[in-house]
Amino acid sequence: MNPVLARARMVGTRAGHAAILVFFVTFLAFPFYWMLLTTFKTTQDLHSTTNNPYLFNDPPTLHHLRVLFNDTQFLQWLLNTGFVGAAVVIITLVLAVPAGYALARMTGAWAQTLGIGIFLTYLVPPTILFIPFARIIAVLGLQDSLWSLVLVYPSFTVPFCTWLLMGFFKAIPRDLEDAALIDGLSRFGAFVKVVMPISLAGMLTAVIFAFTLVTQEFVYGVTFITSSSSYTVSVGVPTFLVRGDVYFWGSMMGACLIASVPIAIIYNFFVDRFVVGFTVGAVK
Amino acid sequence: MIDTYTTAPNRAEAGLLARFADNERWLSRVMLAPAILYIVLLVGFPFLLSLFYSLSSVTVASREIHFVGLENFRRIVESGTFWLSLKNTILITVISQFFVIVFANILAMALLVDFRVKWFVRFLVLLPWVAPISLGSIGWLWIFDSIYSIINWTVRVIGLFGPNFWPIWLGQPDLAIASIIIVNVWRIVPLATVIVLAGLTSIPKDIHDAAAVDGAGFWRRHFQITAPLIMPITLVALLFGIIFTFTDLIVVFVLTRGGPYDQTQVIASWAYFTGIQGGDLAGGAAISLFLFPVLVAVAVLFLWFARRAEVT
Repeated sequence: MNPVLARARMVGTRAGHAAILVFFVTFLAFPFYWMLLTTFKTTQDLHSTTNNPYLFNDPPTLHHLRVLFNDTQFLQWLLNTGFVGAAVVIITLVLAVPAGYALARMTGAWAQTLGIGIFLTYLVPPTILFIPFARIIAVLGLQDSLWSLVLVYPSFTVPFCTWLLMGFFKAIPRDLEDAALIDGLSRFGAFVKVVMPISLAGMLTAVIFAFTLVTQEFVYGVTFITSSSSYTVSVGVPTFLVRGDVYFWGSMMGACLIASVPIAIIYNFFVDRFVVGFTVGAVK
Repeated sequence: MIDTYTTAPNRAEAGLLARFADNERWLSRVMLAPAILYIVLLVGFPFLLSLFYSLSSVTVASREIHFVGLENFRRIVESGTFWLSLKNTILITVISQFFVIVFANILAMALLVDFRVKWFVRFLVLLPWVAPISLGSIGWLWIFDSIYSIINWTVRVIGLFGPNFWPIWLGQPDLAIASIIIVNVWRIVPLATVIVLAGLTSIPKDIHDAAAVDGAGFWRRHFQITAPLIMPITLVALLFGIIFTFTDLIVVFVLTRGGPYDQTQVIASWAYFTGIQGGDLAGGAAISLFLFPVLVAVAVLFLWFARRAEVT
Protein backbone atom coordinates (compact mmCIF):
# COMPACT_ATOMS: atom_id res chain seq x y z
CA MET A 1 0.00 0.00 0.00
CA ASN A 2 1.07 3.56 -0.69
CA PRO A 3 2.82 4.80 2.50
CA VAL A 4 1.01 8.16 2.43
CA LEU A 5 -2.32 6.39 2.16
CA ALA A 6 -1.39 3.98 4.95
CA ARG A 7 -0.43 6.89 7.17
CA ALA A 8 -3.64 8.74 6.39
CA ARG A 9 -5.53 5.61 7.24
CA MET A 10 -3.77 5.25 10.59
CA VAL A 11 -4.48 8.89 11.48
CA GLY A 12 -8.10 8.34 10.50
CA THR A 13 -8.39 5.26 12.71
CA ARG A 14 -6.89 7.12 15.64
CA ALA A 15 -9.20 10.10 15.17
CA GLY A 16 -12.19 7.76 15.00
CA HIS A 17 -11.05 6.00 18.15
CA ALA A 18 -10.63 9.30 19.98
CA ALA A 19 -14.03 10.52 18.77
CA ILE A 20 -15.76 7.39 20.10
CA LEU A 21 -14.07 7.79 23.49
CA VAL A 22 -14.90 11.50 23.69
CA PHE A 23 -18.54 10.80 22.88
CA PHE A 24 -18.92 8.14 25.55
CA VAL A 25 -16.94 9.92 28.24
CA THR A 26 -19.06 13.02 27.63
CA PHE A 27 -22.32 11.08 27.81
CA LEU A 28 -21.39 8.96 30.83
CA ALA A 29 -19.40 11.41 32.94
CA PHE A 30 -21.16 14.66 32.08
CA PRO A 31 -23.74 14.47 34.92
CA PHE A 32 -20.87 14.22 37.40
CA TYR A 33 -19.01 17.13 35.82
CA TRP A 34 -22.19 19.19 36.01
CA MET A 35 -22.58 18.15 39.67
CA LEU A 36 -19.06 19.37 40.34
CA LEU A 37 -19.68 22.76 38.73
CA THR A 38 -23.06 23.16 40.44
CA THR A 39 -21.65 22.37 43.89
CA PHE A 40 -19.27 25.32 43.79
CA LYS A 41 -21.40 27.89 41.98
CA THR A 42 -23.36 30.60 43.75
CA THR A 43 -27.16 30.23 43.72
CA GLN A 44 -27.41 33.54 41.88
CA ASP A 45 -25.13 32.23 39.14
CA LEU A 46 -27.13 28.98 38.87
CA HIS A 47 -30.42 30.87 38.60
CA SER A 48 -29.40 33.31 35.94
CA THR A 49 -30.57 32.02 32.56
CA THR A 50 -28.37 34.47 30.67
CA ASN A 51 -25.13 33.23 32.27
CA ASN A 52 -23.05 30.61 30.50
CA PRO A 53 -23.66 27.58 32.76
CA TYR A 54 -20.27 26.06 31.91
CA LEU A 55 -18.36 28.96 33.50
CA PHE A 56 -18.03 30.38 36.98
CA ASN A 57 -19.67 33.77 36.45
CA ASP A 58 -19.27 34.42 40.18
CA PRO A 59 -16.24 33.24 42.13
CA PRO A 60 -16.55 29.62 43.38
CA THR A 61 -18.20 29.25 46.77
CA LEU A 62 -18.27 26.70 49.57
CA HIS A 63 -21.70 27.91 50.65
CA HIS A 64 -23.62 24.83 49.42
CA LEU A 65 -21.30 22.39 51.16
CA ARG A 66 -21.58 24.41 54.37
CA VAL A 67 -25.37 24.26 54.12
CA LEU A 68 -25.18 20.54 53.41
CA PHE A 69 -23.11 19.74 56.48
CA ASN A 70 -24.52 22.34 58.90
CA ASP A 71 -28.19 22.69 58.02
CA THR A 72 -29.14 19.22 56.79
CA GLN A 73 -28.78 15.75 58.25
CA PHE A 74 -26.40 14.70 55.49
CA LEU A 75 -23.65 13.75 57.94
CA GLN A 76 -26.13 11.62 59.85
CA TRP A 77 -27.16 9.92 56.59
CA LEU A 78 -23.51 9.16 55.82
CA LEU A 79 -23.09 7.66 59.29
CA ASN A 80 -26.31 5.65 58.88
CA THR A 81 -25.08 4.31 55.54
CA GLY A 82 -21.73 3.41 57.10
CA PHE A 83 -23.43 1.63 60.00
CA VAL A 84 -25.84 -0.35 57.81
CA GLY A 85 -23.01 -1.10 55.36
CA ALA A 86 -20.70 -2.42 58.08
CA ALA A 87 -23.41 -4.58 59.67
CA VAL A 88 -24.52 -5.99 56.31
CA VAL A 89 -20.91 -6.71 55.32
CA ILE A 90 -20.36 -8.70 58.53
CA ILE A 91 -23.57 -10.73 58.08
CA THR A 92 -22.72 -11.30 54.43
CA LEU A 93 -19.23 -12.60 55.19
CA VAL A 94 -20.44 -14.87 58.00
CA LEU A 95 -23.01 -16.46 55.68
CA ALA A 96 -21.38 -16.29 52.26
CA VAL A 97 -17.78 -17.32 53.00
CA PRO A 98 -18.62 -20.80 54.34
CA ALA A 99 -21.38 -21.26 51.76
CA GLY A 100 -19.11 -20.25 48.88
CA TYR A 101 -16.42 -22.62 50.09
CA ALA A 102 -18.84 -25.51 50.48
CA LEU A 103 -20.20 -24.95 46.98
CA ALA A 104 -16.68 -24.77 45.56
CA ARG A 105 -15.65 -28.07 47.13
CA MET A 106 -18.86 -30.00 46.57
CA THR A 107 -18.88 -32.29 43.61
CA GLY A 108 -21.74 -33.47 41.46
CA ALA A 109 -24.20 -31.82 39.13
CA TRP A 110 -26.56 -30.61 41.83
CA ALA A 111 -23.82 -28.55 43.49
CA GLN A 112 -23.54 -26.55 40.28
CA THR A 113 -27.32 -26.23 40.05
CA LEU A 114 -27.50 -25.12 43.68
CA GLY A 115 -24.83 -22.49 43.02
CA ILE A 116 -26.71 -21.10 40.05
CA GLY A 117 -29.93 -21.24 42.04
CA ILE A 118 -28.41 -19.09 44.79
CA PHE A 119 -27.04 -16.69 42.20
CA LEU A 120 -30.46 -16.36 40.57
CA THR A 121 -32.02 -15.20 43.82
CA TYR A 122 -29.78 -12.13 43.46
CA LEU A 123 -31.88 -11.27 40.41
CA VAL A 124 -35.17 -11.26 42.33
CA PRO A 125 -35.70 -7.51 42.45
CA PRO A 126 -36.72 -5.51 45.54
CA THR A 127 -39.69 -4.26 43.54
CA ILE A 128 -41.29 -7.73 43.80
CA LEU A 129 -40.59 -8.17 47.52
CA PHE A 130 -40.95 -4.69 49.04
CA ILE A 131 -44.71 -4.86 49.56
CA PRO A 132 -44.81 -8.01 51.70
CA PHE A 133 -41.65 -6.74 53.44
CA ALA A 134 -43.44 -3.50 54.37
CA ARG A 135 -45.84 -5.54 56.50
CA ILE A 136 -43.23 -7.99 57.78
CA ILE A 137 -41.14 -5.07 59.02
CA ALA A 138 -44.21 -3.49 60.63
CA VAL A 139 -45.10 -6.75 62.39
CA LEU A 140 -41.51 -7.02 63.66
CA GLY A 141 -41.75 -3.43 64.92
CA LEU A 142 -38.74 -2.35 62.90
CA GLN A 143 -40.28 0.56 60.93
CA ASP A 144 -38.03 3.60 60.93
CA SER A 145 -35.20 1.54 62.34
CA LEU A 146 -31.89 1.01 60.57
CA TRP A 147 -32.09 -2.60 61.76
CA SER A 148 -34.84 -3.23 59.22
CA LEU A 149 -32.27 -2.51 56.50
CA VAL A 150 -29.60 -4.58 58.26
CA LEU A 151 -32.04 -7.50 58.27
CA VAL A 152 -33.21 -7.24 54.67
CA TYR A 153 -30.13 -6.13 52.69
CA PRO A 154 -28.27 -9.45 53.08
CA SER A 155 -31.10 -11.00 51.04
CA PHE A 156 -29.36 -9.64 47.94
CA THR A 157 -25.74 -9.34 49.12
CA VAL A 158 -25.49 -12.97 50.30
CA PRO A 159 -26.52 -14.58 46.98
CA PHE A 160 -24.10 -12.59 44.86
CA CYS A 161 -21.19 -12.77 47.32
CA THR A 162 -21.68 -16.54 47.75
CA TRP A 163 -21.41 -16.91 43.99
CA LEU A 164 -18.40 -14.59 43.80
CA LEU A 165 -16.57 -16.36 46.62
CA MET A 166 -17.35 -19.78 45.15
CA GLY A 167 -15.35 -18.72 42.10
CA PHE A 168 -12.42 -17.67 44.26
CA PHE A 169 -12.35 -20.84 46.31
CA LYS A 170 -12.54 -22.98 43.19
CA ALA A 171 -9.31 -21.36 42.00
CA ILE A 172 -7.44 -22.52 45.10
CA PRO A 173 -5.74 -25.86 44.46
CA ARG A 174 -7.03 -28.70 46.57
CA ASP A 175 -3.49 -29.92 47.14
CA LEU A 176 -2.91 -27.07 49.58
CA GLU A 177 -5.72 -28.30 51.81
CA ASP A 178 -4.67 -31.92 51.45
CA ALA A 179 -1.18 -30.96 52.63
CA ALA A 180 -2.73 -29.28 55.67
CA LEU A 181 -4.77 -32.40 56.38
CA ILE A 182 -1.62 -34.49 56.39
CA ASP A 183 -0.17 -32.00 58.86
CA GLY A 184 -2.99 -32.95 61.22
CA LEU A 185 -5.53 -30.20 60.64
CA SER A 186 -9.18 -31.09 60.30
CA ARG A 187 -11.03 -30.29 57.09
CA PHE A 188 -12.61 -27.25 58.79
CA GLY A 189 -9.25 -26.30 60.32
CA ALA A 190 -7.69 -26.40 56.87
CA PHE A 191 -10.42 -24.05 55.63
CA VAL A 192 -9.86 -21.55 58.44
CA LYS A 193 -6.06 -21.69 58.65
CA VAL A 194 -5.04 -22.35 55.05
CA VAL A 195 -7.80 -21.39 52.64
CA MET A 196 -9.10 -18.23 54.28
CA PRO A 197 -5.74 -16.42 54.60
CA ILE A 198 -4.96 -16.86 50.90
CA SER A 199 -8.51 -15.81 49.93
CA LEU A 200 -8.27 -12.35 51.47
CA ALA A 201 -8.43 -10.68 48.05
CA GLY A 202 -11.64 -12.55 47.29
CA MET A 203 -13.17 -11.61 50.60
CA LEU A 204 -12.17 -7.98 50.13
CA THR A 205 -13.96 -8.04 46.78
CA ALA A 206 -17.06 -9.42 48.49
CA VAL A 207 -16.82 -6.68 51.15
CA ILE A 208 -16.64 -3.93 48.55
CA PHE A 209 -19.42 -5.40 46.50
CA ALA A 210 -21.73 -5.80 49.50
CA PHE A 211 -20.98 -2.26 50.67
CA THR A 212 -21.59 -0.80 47.21
CA LEU A 213 -24.93 -2.58 46.97
CA VAL A 214 -25.93 -1.15 50.35
CA THR A 215 -25.08 2.41 49.32
CA GLN A 216 -27.07 1.98 46.10
CA GLU A 217 -30.22 0.46 47.58
CA PHE A 218 -33.24 2.74 47.48
CA VAL A 219 -36.51 0.78 47.29
CA TYR A 220 -36.41 -0.86 50.73
CA GLY A 221 -35.02 2.31 52.30
CA VAL A 222 -37.84 4.50 51.02
CA THR A 223 -40.41 1.85 52.02
CA PHE A 224 -39.25 1.10 55.58
CA ILE A 225 -37.91 4.46 56.74
CA THR A 226 -40.02 7.58 57.13
CA SER A 227 -38.17 9.78 59.61
CA SER A 228 -35.37 11.80 58.09
CA SER A 229 -32.83 11.05 60.83
CA SER A 230 -32.82 7.34 59.88
CA TYR A 231 -32.32 7.81 56.14
CA THR A 232 -29.36 6.41 54.29
CA VAL A 233 -27.63 8.68 51.75
CA SER A 234 -29.31 7.23 48.66
CA VAL A 235 -32.78 7.82 50.17
CA GLY A 236 -32.16 11.02 52.13
CA VAL A 237 -30.76 13.14 49.33
CA PRO A 238 -33.54 12.58 46.76
CA THR A 239 -36.44 12.63 49.23
CA PHE A 240 -35.51 15.11 51.93
CA LEU A 241 -33.57 17.70 49.95
CA VAL A 242 -36.30 17.84 47.29
CA ARG A 243 -39.21 18.19 49.67
CA GLY A 244 -41.40 21.17 48.90
CA ASP A 245 -40.90 23.26 45.83
CA VAL A 246 -37.43 24.46 46.78
CA TYR A 247 -34.59 22.49 45.27
CA PHE A 248 -31.22 23.02 46.96
CA TRP A 249 -29.39 22.16 43.77
CA GLY A 250 -25.93 23.18 44.95
CA SER A 251 -26.14 21.15 48.15
CA MET A 252 -27.84 18.23 46.41
CA MET A 253 -25.18 17.97 43.74
CA GLY A 254 -22.46 18.20 46.39
CA ALA A 255 -24.16 15.38 48.30
CA CYS A 256 -24.36 13.23 45.17
CA LEU A 257 -20.66 13.71 44.44
CA ILE A 258 -19.51 13.02 47.99
CA ALA A 259 -21.59 9.85 48.16
CA SER A 260 -20.61 8.53 44.70
CA VAL A 261 -17.02 9.30 43.82
CA PRO A 262 -14.99 7.74 46.69
CA ILE A 263 -16.73 4.39 46.31
CA ALA A 264 -16.35 4.54 42.53
CA ILE A 265 -12.58 4.96 42.91
CA ILE A 266 -12.33 1.85 45.10
CA TYR A 267 -14.71 -0.13 42.90
CA ASN A 268 -12.56 0.66 39.88
CA PHE A 269 -9.72 -1.47 41.29
CA PHE A 270 -11.92 -4.51 41.64
CA VAL A 271 -14.12 -4.29 38.59
CA ASP A 272 -12.52 -7.20 36.74
CA ARG A 273 -13.33 -9.55 39.60
CA PHE A 274 -16.98 -8.52 39.57
CA VAL A 275 -17.14 -9.14 35.86
CA VAL A 276 -16.05 -12.74 36.37
CA GLY A 277 -19.00 -13.12 38.75
CA PHE A 278 -21.45 -11.34 36.46
CA THR A 279 -20.55 -13.43 33.44
CA VAL A 280 -21.56 -16.63 35.26
CA GLY A 281 -17.96 -17.77 35.12
CA ALA A 282 -17.97 -18.06 31.34
CA VAL A 283 -15.06 -15.64 31.06
CA LYS A 284 -12.05 -16.30 33.20
CA MET B 1 -9.69 -39.47 49.31
CA ILE B 2 -10.58 -37.68 52.53
CA ASP B 3 -11.42 -40.87 54.38
CA THR B 4 -7.82 -42.01 54.21
CA TYR B 5 -6.87 -39.00 56.30
CA THR B 6 -9.65 -39.36 58.85
CA THR B 7 -8.50 -42.85 59.64
CA ALA B 8 -4.90 -41.79 60.05
CA PRO B 9 -3.45 -42.76 63.47
CA ASN B 10 -3.18 -39.21 64.83
CA ARG B 11 -6.93 -38.77 64.33
CA ALA B 12 -7.92 -42.01 65.99
CA GLU B 13 -8.82 -40.47 69.37
CA ALA B 14 -10.39 -37.33 67.86
CA GLY B 15 -13.66 -36.36 69.51
CA LEU B 16 -17.07 -36.18 67.96
CA LEU B 17 -16.68 -32.51 67.02
CA ALA B 18 -13.37 -33.13 65.30
CA ARG B 19 -14.80 -36.07 63.38
CA PHE B 20 -17.67 -33.84 62.39
CA ALA B 21 -15.23 -31.14 61.23
CA ASP B 22 -13.61 -33.78 59.07
CA ASN B 23 -16.67 -35.29 57.46
CA GLU B 24 -16.77 -33.49 54.17
CA ARG B 25 -20.38 -34.30 53.42
CA TRP B 26 -21.74 -33.00 56.70
CA LEU B 27 -19.34 -30.10 56.86
CA SER B 28 -20.45 -28.76 53.50
CA ARG B 29 -24.10 -29.03 54.50
CA VAL B 30 -23.51 -27.21 57.76
CA MET B 31 -21.54 -24.49 55.99
CA LEU B 32 -24.24 -24.02 53.36
CA ALA B 33 -27.26 -24.18 55.63
CA PRO B 34 -27.16 -20.67 57.20
CA ALA B 35 -26.90 -18.91 53.82
CA ILE B 36 -29.67 -20.99 52.28
CA LEU B 37 -31.88 -20.53 55.34
CA TYR B 38 -31.41 -16.75 55.19
CA ILE B 39 -32.25 -16.67 51.49
CA VAL B 40 -35.32 -18.89 51.94
CA LEU B 41 -36.58 -16.73 54.84
CA LEU B 42 -35.85 -13.36 53.20
CA VAL B 43 -36.55 -14.09 49.55
CA GLY B 44 -38.69 -17.22 49.40
CA PHE B 45 -41.02 -16.40 52.27
CA PRO B 46 -41.77 -12.78 51.23
CA PHE B 47 -42.36 -14.00 47.70
CA LEU B 48 -44.95 -16.53 48.86
CA LEU B 49 -46.45 -13.82 51.05
CA SER B 50 -46.67 -11.61 47.99
CA LEU B 51 -48.60 -14.31 46.15
CA PHE B 52 -50.91 -14.65 49.13
CA TYR B 53 -51.42 -10.88 49.47
CA SER B 54 -52.29 -10.57 45.82
CA LEU B 55 -55.27 -12.87 46.42
CA SER B 56 -56.37 -11.05 49.57
CA SER B 57 -57.76 -7.74 50.75
CA VAL B 58 -54.80 -6.72 52.93
CA THR B 59 -54.08 -3.02 53.48
CA VAL B 60 -51.42 -1.28 55.56
CA ALA B 61 -53.86 -0.81 58.44
CA SER B 62 -56.07 -3.92 58.22
CA ARG B 63 -56.01 -6.48 61.00
CA GLU B 64 -58.04 -9.16 59.31
CA ILE B 65 -57.11 -10.47 55.91
CA HIS B 66 -59.85 -11.79 53.68
CA PHE B 67 -59.33 -14.04 50.72
CA VAL B 68 -60.76 -12.42 47.60
CA GLY B 69 -59.55 -14.72 44.83
CA LEU B 70 -58.55 -13.01 41.62
CA GLU B 71 -60.45 -9.82 42.44
CA ASN B 72 -57.26 -7.71 42.63
CA PHE B 73 -56.07 -8.94 39.26
CA ARG B 74 -59.48 -8.23 37.73
CA ARG B 75 -59.30 -4.67 39.07
CA ILE B 76 -55.77 -4.22 37.70
CA VAL B 77 -56.47 -5.58 34.24
CA GLU B 78 -59.53 -3.35 33.95
CA SER B 79 -57.53 -0.25 34.86
CA GLY B 80 -56.20 1.94 32.06
CA THR B 81 -53.13 2.80 34.16
CA PHE B 82 -52.10 -0.85 34.16
CA TRP B 83 -51.96 -1.12 30.38
CA LEU B 84 -50.17 2.22 30.16
CA SER B 85 -47.62 1.11 32.79
CA LEU B 86 -47.07 -2.19 31.03
CA LYS B 87 -46.62 -0.43 27.69
CA ASN B 88 -44.19 2.08 29.22
CA THR B 89 -42.21 -0.64 30.99
CA ILE B 90 -41.80 -2.69 27.82
CA LEU B 91 -41.08 0.36 25.66
CA ILE B 92 -38.45 1.71 28.06
CA THR B 93 -36.79 -1.70 28.42
CA VAL B 94 -36.69 -2.56 24.71
CA ILE B 95 -35.46 0.81 23.44
CA SER B 96 -32.94 1.36 26.22
CA GLN B 97 -31.47 -2.15 25.91
CA PHE B 98 -31.14 -1.78 22.15
CA PHE B 99 -28.97 1.28 22.67
CA VAL B 100 -27.14 -0.35 25.58
CA ILE B 101 -26.04 -3.30 23.45
CA VAL B 102 -24.99 -1.13 20.48
CA PHE B 103 -23.14 1.37 22.70
CA ALA B 104 -21.52 -1.30 24.86
CA ASN B 105 -20.12 -3.10 21.82
CA ILE B 106 -18.68 0.10 20.34
CA LEU B 107 -17.24 1.31 23.64
CA ALA B 108 -15.79 -2.09 24.52
CA MET B 109 -14.01 -2.22 21.15
CA ALA B 110 -12.59 1.24 21.81
CA LEU B 111 -11.41 0.24 25.28
CA LEU B 112 -9.75 -2.93 24.00
CA VAL B 113 -6.95 -0.88 22.44
CA ASP B 114 -4.21 0.38 24.78
CA PHE B 115 -3.84 4.12 25.08
CA ARG B 116 -2.65 6.68 27.61
CA VAL B 117 -4.95 7.60 30.54
CA LYS B 118 -6.95 4.45 29.89
CA TRP B 119 -7.47 3.81 33.60
CA PHE B 120 -8.93 7.30 34.01
CA VAL B 121 -11.25 6.85 31.04
CA ARG B 122 -12.39 3.54 32.49
CA PHE B 123 -13.04 5.20 35.84
CA LEU B 124 -15.17 7.93 34.21
CA VAL B 125 -17.04 5.37 32.12
CA LEU B 126 -17.83 3.24 35.17
CA LEU B 127 -19.12 6.12 37.32
CA PRO B 128 -22.82 5.84 36.35
CA TRP B 129 -22.86 2.18 37.32
CA VAL B 130 -21.17 2.57 40.71
CA ALA B 131 -22.88 5.77 41.88
CA PRO B 132 -26.16 5.14 43.68
CA ILE B 133 -28.90 5.17 41.03
CA SER B 134 -31.06 7.55 43.03
CA LEU B 135 -28.23 10.10 43.16
CA GLY B 136 -27.35 9.73 39.49
CA SER B 137 -31.02 10.26 38.68
CA ILE B 138 -31.01 13.43 40.81
CA GLY B 139 -28.12 14.66 38.68
CA TRP B 140 -30.26 14.08 35.58
CA LEU B 141 -33.25 15.77 37.23
CA TRP B 142 -31.10 18.89 37.39
CA ILE B 143 -29.93 18.42 33.79
CA PHE B 144 -33.57 18.10 32.63
CA ASP B 145 -34.73 21.05 34.79
CA SER B 146 -37.57 22.98 33.18
CA ILE B 147 -35.92 26.41 33.58
CA TYR B 148 -32.18 25.79 33.97
CA SER B 149 -31.71 22.73 31.75
CA ILE B 150 -28.11 22.78 30.55
CA ILE B 151 -29.09 20.72 27.51
CA ASN B 152 -31.57 23.36 26.38
CA TRP B 153 -29.09 26.16 27.02
CA THR B 154 -26.39 24.39 24.99
CA VAL B 155 -28.68 23.50 22.10
CA ARG B 156 -30.00 27.06 21.95
CA VAL B 157 -26.51 28.58 21.92
CA ILE B 158 -25.43 26.23 19.13
CA GLY B 159 -28.62 27.29 17.34
CA LEU B 160 -29.55 23.76 16.36
CA PHE B 161 -33.32 24.13 16.61
CA GLY B 162 -33.85 27.89 16.47
CA PRO B 163 -34.35 30.38 19.32
CA ASN B 164 -37.76 29.12 20.42
CA PHE B 165 -36.61 25.59 21.10
CA TRP B 166 -37.12 24.96 24.81
CA PRO B 167 -38.50 21.46 25.52
CA ILE B 168 -39.87 20.73 28.99
CA TRP B 169 -38.18 17.36 29.28
CA LEU B 170 -40.07 15.91 32.21
CA GLY B 171 -43.34 17.76 31.62
CA GLN B 172 -44.38 16.30 28.25
CA PRO B 173 -45.23 12.58 28.32
CA ASP B 174 -43.25 11.51 25.25
CA LEU B 175 -40.19 13.57 26.22
CA ALA B 176 -40.46 12.28 29.79
CA ILE B 177 -40.39 8.69 28.53
CA ALA B 178 -37.40 9.59 26.36
CA SER B 179 -35.66 11.07 29.41
CA ILE B 180 -36.28 7.90 31.41
CA ILE B 181 -34.84 5.86 28.52
CA ILE B 182 -31.75 8.09 28.37
CA VAL B 183 -31.08 7.69 32.10
CA ASN B 184 -31.51 3.91 31.88
CA VAL B 185 -29.11 3.69 28.94
CA TRP B 186 -26.66 5.88 30.85
CA ARG B 187 -26.86 3.66 33.91
CA ILE B 188 -26.57 0.23 32.23
CA VAL B 189 -23.98 0.98 29.48
CA PRO B 190 -21.02 0.79 31.91
CA LEU B 191 -21.97 -2.69 33.17
CA ALA B 192 -22.69 -4.00 29.67
CA THR B 193 -19.40 -2.53 28.44
CA VAL B 194 -17.22 -4.24 31.04
CA ILE B 195 -19.01 -7.54 30.41
CA VAL B 196 -18.56 -7.33 26.63
CA LEU B 197 -14.97 -6.14 27.16
CA ALA B 198 -14.28 -9.27 29.22
CA GLY B 199 -15.64 -11.32 26.32
CA LEU B 200 -13.43 -9.51 23.81
CA THR B 201 -10.33 -9.91 25.96
CA SER B 202 -10.87 -13.65 26.17
CA ILE B 203 -10.69 -14.10 22.37
CA PRO B 204 -7.22 -15.44 21.51
CA LYS B 205 -5.25 -12.91 19.53
CA ASP B 206 -4.00 -15.47 16.99
CA ILE B 207 -7.53 -15.89 15.62
CA HIS B 208 -7.43 -12.26 14.52
CA ASP B 209 -3.86 -12.52 13.27
CA ALA B 210 -4.72 -15.59 11.21
CA ALA B 211 -7.75 -13.87 9.71
CA ALA B 212 -5.71 -10.75 8.95
CA VAL B 213 -3.08 -12.84 7.20
CA ASP B 214 -5.86 -14.40 5.16
CA GLY B 215 -6.76 -10.90 4.06
CA ALA B 216 -9.89 -10.27 6.12
CA GLY B 217 -10.42 -6.55 6.80
CA PHE B 218 -11.59 -4.98 10.05
CA TRP B 219 -15.33 -5.14 9.35
CA ARG B 220 -15.20 -8.65 7.98
CA ARG B 221 -13.18 -9.80 10.99
CA HIS B 222 -15.61 -8.02 13.28
CA PHE B 223 -18.83 -9.46 11.91
CA GLN B 224 -17.62 -12.92 10.92
CA ILE B 225 -15.28 -13.69 13.80
CA THR B 226 -15.61 -11.34 16.78
CA ALA B 227 -19.38 -10.86 16.82
CA PRO B 228 -20.28 -14.58 16.85
CA LEU B 229 -17.64 -15.26 19.51
CA ILE B 230 -18.91 -12.61 21.90
CA MET B 231 -22.57 -13.32 21.17
CA PRO B 232 -23.11 -15.41 24.36
CA ILE B 233 -21.43 -12.85 26.59
CA THR B 234 -23.43 -10.05 24.97
CA LEU B 235 -26.54 -12.06 25.77
CA VAL B 236 -25.50 -12.14 29.44
CA ALA B 237 -25.10 -8.36 29.41
CA LEU B 238 -28.51 -8.04 27.78
CA LEU B 239 -30.17 -10.28 30.39
CA PHE B 240 -28.78 -8.17 33.24
CA GLY B 241 -29.87 -5.01 31.44
CA ILE B 242 -33.39 -6.35 30.96
CA ILE B 243 -33.75 -7.34 34.61
CA PHE B 244 -32.36 -4.07 35.96
CA THR B 245 -34.45 -1.89 33.64
CA PHE B 246 -37.70 -3.84 33.63
CA THR B 247 -37.94 -4.01 37.42
CA ASP B 248 -36.58 -0.54 38.15
CA LEU B 249 -38.51 1.90 40.26
CA ILE B 250 -35.88 4.48 41.12
CA VAL B 251 -35.39 6.34 37.82
CA VAL B 252 -39.13 6.96 37.37
CA PHE B 253 -39.58 7.74 41.06
CA VAL B 254 -36.89 10.43 41.04
CA LEU B 255 -37.48 11.92 37.60
CA THR B 256 -41.27 12.06 37.19
CA ARG B 257 -43.02 10.19 40.04
CA GLY B 258 -45.05 8.65 37.23
CA GLY B 259 -46.32 12.05 36.13
CA PRO B 260 -47.59 14.02 34.36
CA TYR B 261 -50.96 12.37 35.19
CA ASP B 262 -49.58 8.80 35.44
CA GLN B 263 -48.38 9.03 31.82
CA THR B 264 -44.86 7.77 32.66
CA GLN B 265 -45.89 5.20 35.26
CA VAL B 266 -44.12 1.82 35.01
CA ILE B 267 -45.18 -1.41 36.71
CA ALA B 268 -42.76 -1.06 39.63
CA SER B 269 -43.59 2.58 40.30
CA TRP B 270 -47.32 1.98 40.03
CA ALA B 271 -46.99 -0.91 42.51
CA TYR B 272 -45.20 1.48 44.88
CA PHE B 273 -47.75 4.27 44.62
CA THR B 274 -50.65 1.81 45.00
CA GLY B 275 -49.19 -0.44 47.67
CA ILE B 276 -47.05 1.81 49.84
CA GLN B 277 -48.27 5.38 49.33
CA GLY B 278 -51.90 4.30 48.75
CA GLY B 279 -51.77 1.69 51.50
CA ASP B 280 -53.39 -0.98 49.29
CA LEU B 281 -50.85 -3.74 49.92
CA ALA B 282 -52.95 -6.37 48.14
CA GLY B 283 -53.24 -4.30 44.97
CA GLY B 284 -49.55 -3.37 45.07
CA ALA B 285 -48.50 -6.98 45.52
CA ALA B 286 -50.69 -8.06 42.61
CA ILE B 287 -49.24 -5.34 40.35
CA SER B 288 -45.63 -6.17 41.19
CA LEU B 289 -46.25 -9.83 40.38
CA PHE B 290 -46.57 -8.79 36.73
CA LEU B 291 -42.78 -8.37 36.85
CA PHE B 292 -42.39 -12.04 37.61
CA PRO B 293 -42.83 -13.65 34.16
CA VAL B 294 -39.90 -11.67 32.77
CA LEU B 295 -37.80 -12.71 35.74
CA VAL B 296 -38.60 -16.37 35.10
CA ALA B 297 -37.79 -16.04 31.39
CA VAL B 298 -34.43 -14.45 32.17
CA ALA B 299 -33.67 -17.07 34.83
CA VAL B 300 -34.36 -19.88 32.35
CA LEU B 301 -32.03 -18.27 29.81
CA PHE B 302 -29.34 -17.94 32.49
CA LEU B 303 -29.63 -21.61 33.40
CA TRP B 304 -29.38 -22.55 29.75
CA PHE B 305 -26.34 -20.33 29.39
CA ALA B 306 -24.64 -21.68 32.50
CA ARG B 307 -25.12 -25.24 31.27
CA ARG B 308 -23.61 -24.30 27.93
CA ALA B 309 -20.63 -22.62 29.60
CA GLU B 310 -20.10 -25.75 31.64
CA VAL B 311 -20.01 -28.00 28.60
CA THR B 312 -17.59 -25.97 26.53
